Amino acid sequence: MFKYFEPNKIFSITSKAPKYVLFLFIVILSIGLTEALILSPEDYKQSHSVRIMYVHVPAAWISLGIFSAITFLSIVGYIFKIRNFFLIAKSLAPSGLVFNIIALVTGSIWGKPTWGTWWAWDARITSMLILALFYIMYLVAWRIFEDKDKVFKVTSIITILGIINVPIIKYSVDWWNTLHQPASINILSKSSIHISMLFPLMTMTAAFALFSLLIFLMKYNTELIKIKNKGLDRL
Amino acid sequence: MIENLFFMNGYGLYVWSAFSFTLFSFLTLFLVIKIQYNKEKNKFIAKFGSLSSKRAAFAKSQSINKEILSNTSNI
Repeated sequence: MFKYFEPNKIFSITSKAPKYVLFLFIVILSIGLTEALILSPEDYKQSHSVRIMYVHVPAAWISLGIFSAITFLSIVGYIFKIRNFFLIAKSLAPSGLVFNIIALVTGSIWGKPTWGTWWAWDARITSMLILALFYIMYLVAWRIFEDKDKVFKVTSIITILGIINVPIIKYSVDWWNTLHQPASINILSKSSIHISMLFPLMTMTAAFALFSLLIFLMKYNTELIKIKNKGLDRL
Repeated sequence: MIENLFFMNGYGLYVWSAFSFTLFSFLTLFLVIKIQYNKEKNKFIAKFGSLSSKRAAFAKSQSINKEILSNTSNI
């Protein structure tokens, strides 16, 4: 099954896909922004500041999703010695870090009108900051270590340690008394968010997911060309 | 209507700065990755051009190298 993940086989797809993904991203983002900024209603308590949710929440979700994917790819790649999984994981990391930073910054901006402060050492904010540090450590490890086996080992350890933080982020609002409210959207039970707010939230999430796919494809193609450059040196 | 869109009952500054920061981050990341991509691709083209005809023919026999050299992979 893993032979289908061979870079030589999938490059013809990954090299052509970005322009279509970019087009789709622009379309979905335009719809999402119109809904988020104009069409969706204001909150009865938070008024218009609730609109920050449409960038803050999707950014946090995708940042967590990408880190989980990186961990899975690193562990499977390490066990089954699939180098391409490490390449995919490495290509996912930049967008994961940027989404993490967006979640922190927009959360801080949202915090000022809602809680009256830009920053608080709240359990969720702190655990999100720790996740950003793991992303940075992961990316720095790729820059520091030249030896491939060593970098695979080190990045796998970083992701295994970092993934412990992911359930802490998710359940921090239930385990501790935090400024954050408990989850409004539940997959298994009824969500407490109204459809008029859920729809723009999901549209923006789709747009952000497309953007991370776009960045992943561009980064993955860059990494493959880098490998081929080294191949030409050996000819 | 337009005034309400900008000022949002006094929350406009917060809302617009959050959205602006997000879009600015997107644009910056996109440009950084695109610059890296173009740099590697140009390096590949330059290296390919300096190969002897025999080596270039061998390198071109690999479909991935052909894909890199073609313009279809441009964004």
